[in-house]
Amino acid sequence: MQKIDHHWQRFTLKQKLSRFTVYLFFIVALVLSVRTVEIIPEFFFDAPEQMVDLFSRMWPIDFAFYPISVHDAMIETLNIATLGTLFTLIFSIPLALMNASNIVASPWAHWIARFFLVSSRSVNSLVWALLFVAIFGPGVLAGVLAIAFRSVGFVGKLLSEALEEIDMGSVEALRATGAPWGAVMLKGYWPQVKPAFFSIVLFRWDINVRESAVLGLVGAGGIGVVLNDSMNLFQWQQVAMSLLAIFAVVVAAEVVVVNIRKRLI
Amino acid sequence: MAGLNKQTASTQHNPFPRNWWVSGLWLVAAIYLVYSVNAMGLDWDRFTAGLGHADNLLSRMFPPNFSRWELLLEGLIESLEIAVISSVVGIFLSLFIGLLAARNFMPNWISTPVRGFIALCRSFHPVIIAILFVKSVGFGALAGILTLVIATIGFIAKLFAEAIEEISFKQVEAIRATGASFVSVILFAVMPQVFSRFIGFATYQFDSNLRNSTMVGIVGAGGLGGTLFSAFQRFDYDFVAAILITIIALILFWEFLSTLVRRIF
Amino acid sequence: MSAAQRFLEVKGLKKEYVAGNPILKGVDFSIDSPGIVAIIGPSGTGKSTLLRCINRLIEPTAGQIIFDNSDVCLASGKVLRHLRRQVAMVFQEYNLVERLSVIENVLSGRLGYMTSWQAWRRNYLQSDINNAYELLAAVGLEEHANKRADSLSGGQRQRVGIARAVMQDPRIILADEPTSSLDPKTAVEIMELLEKFASEKNIPALVNMHDVKLAQRFAKRIIGMSNGHIVYDGAPEGITDEHLKKIYGGESWLD
Repeated sequence: MQKIDHHWQRFTLKQKLSRFTVYLFFIVALVLSVRTVEIIPEFFFDAPEQMVDLFSRMWPIDFAFYPISVHDAMIETLNIATLGTLFTLIFSIPLALMNASNIVASPWAHWIARFFLVSSRSVNSLVWALLFVAIFGPGVLAGVLAIAFRSVGFVGKLLSEALEEIDMGSVEALRATGAPWGAVMLKGYWPQVKPAFFSIVLFRWDINVRESAVLGLVGAGGIGVVLNDSMNLFQWQQVAMSLLAIFAVVVAAEVVVVNIRKRLI
Repeated sequence: MAGLNKQTASTQHNPFPRNWWVSGLWLVAAIYLVYSVNAMGLDWDRFTAGLGHADNLLSRMFPPNFSRWELLLEGLIESLEIAVISSVVGIFLSLFIGLLAARNFMPNWISTPVRGFIALCRSFHPVIIAILFVKSVGFGALAGILTLVIATIGFIAKLFAEAIEEISFKQVEAIRATGASFVSVILFAVMPQVFSRFIGFATYQFDSNLRNSTMVGIVGAGGLGGTLFSAFQRFDYDFVAAILITIIALILFWEFLSTLVRRIF
Repeated sequence: MSAAQRFLEVKGLKKEYVAGNPILKGVDFSIDSPGIVAIIGPSGTGKSTLLRCINRLIEPTAGQIIFDNSDVCLASGKVLRHLRRQVAMVFQEYNLVERLSVIENVLSGRLGYMTSWQAWRRNYLQSDINNAYELLAAVGLEEHANKRADSLSGGQRQRVGIARAVMQDPRIILADEPTSSLDPKTAVEIMELLEKFASEKNIPALVNMHDVKLAQRFAKRIIGMSNGHIVYDGAPEGITDEHLKKIYGGESWLD
């Protein structure tokens, strides 16, 4: 009896081709990048040695530096992060409402909201800081606004997604009673997005603590200014102190956020 | 309490009891706002004065000046190179590191230190890591690549590990029972369960590396950020605008591409 | 009966998950002839643990499991994998890789015979592919070959699970409650399939089950377990209400 060989393939030809195209695209991009990027091989192989040298110059950590400059700068950093997160709500809540298709039906509103949200996210917080330093001069104000503007896209996008995911049944029921717009918002939408809202804001605050620590590098206040000054003076032991403080605060912020979220949700 | 009851009574019956914890949080936020605005010396005059500058700045930014497009293109290509190389290397390393950190596959004495390493990669902002690399391997793309590899590991390896920990172990058990080797178990029982999420994480991380590659240049780690920073320092605000527009366009283009990639896989 | 014909021998098998609290308290039996052997007993008596010790998905605490003239308990690495590929397993919840196609789930039975590189490349032998399709036809799922496994019903999934097990070309099949998640009619069909493959391949199938009637209908031999011990081992006809009381405890459930 003639045996018929079964033909088996994991993907169809079309799937294979499209996957292959993606792989090819990435490999070509990688090869081109590796070939043209300007890297001096000596520097690359020298890196571990240089790192060790750098860390050895950081030791011992200059703890005496903490009360002199680090403490106040760290408080300032936390304030920048927190105020920035609060200010961002002024812009991101209206944009989120505009972007949620179950609240505002107009496609024009969506595109406008989208434009602001995407622009906010595309520009890095350091770049925002550069812009605001150019406008308001170096200082805390530039930092707060940089954090606020960078966070708008993040909070707005996630919040509008949360709004779109809610169960419309209770909202419709409220509308049917003839409740005014504000009441529908407060009693229909808000209770449903409340947990998501707080967890988004807390999550962003956690990120903002990290970000505000570096804003000072371009003059926008906080611990970054101290870090930058000690680096320019090659005071590596002071740099180590600042880094340690940042590390401690970032870890503490994360622990705080995790615990609050546990209680809220 | 009586006051609050009066407020809620004006609309419908509130199906959720008022959460005092959350109300307290709002109060704390309000007090904090007043305190911090005072503590940091943010005042209205400075803000309004700044708005005058903003007007000035905007008029100098527009129209954007693309006449130095060669410089712009050079920075853009370097940013892309940094993003591509660091994403590929970082994601590749994260696959293994993520697996090593997954507590359902690895004994504690492996997963705990690996988790610690991932947490360390996450705890510092890329800019701080970039500074350290710039100091140890010199200015240029290499520092940027190393920075973003660390950032990628901090983010992706953690998500990979979590995705692997969430899989159904029954399928793993079944493949293990066929006598498959460890690698085959990973390929046949783990990968099918996590692959589509991996693609999602990877495209997200590339997006994030793309944004960050335009930022690390500010501290000298190569890419468009360096061009941007020097344009700021020379007050070439029309060129700044051109660079910002390019960055936003680049990121929008990638968002378009990534939805395509996700559809294929 | 000579040792050469012996399929499996379990001697003094003990397992404790928590030290001092054994779930298997010294189990001894041997399987010398092909066909279905049913292991019955209440939940939590260690039936699953017993099967999983045989292919070392669970590490036994003490005892010997002699399979293919060597002690499974001492095997590791490659030797263990070679033992495992001769011991096929069918699971209560089917344990198919849900995002792979049905045919690939069947083919995954060959993984023990393939190098990791071949597995990565999906380089199955043509004979394996043919075999997989034949097995799918034998369990009546030919037309579902390219569907994703999670689109099948429970009974269909268990058929795929059995096909995957047979694909391993095993010398013994272990089935852990293969019918407990299925309706009575499908359960009978699944048992028929197991019986069919066991007799075709001339191998034993060790089947854990709750349902005494089903066990009596299909098994050539019944092992009754209670509280980590074997309390009955013999022909299905020999099992009496007295035995059942001893195995399951109480008597109100007997009519």
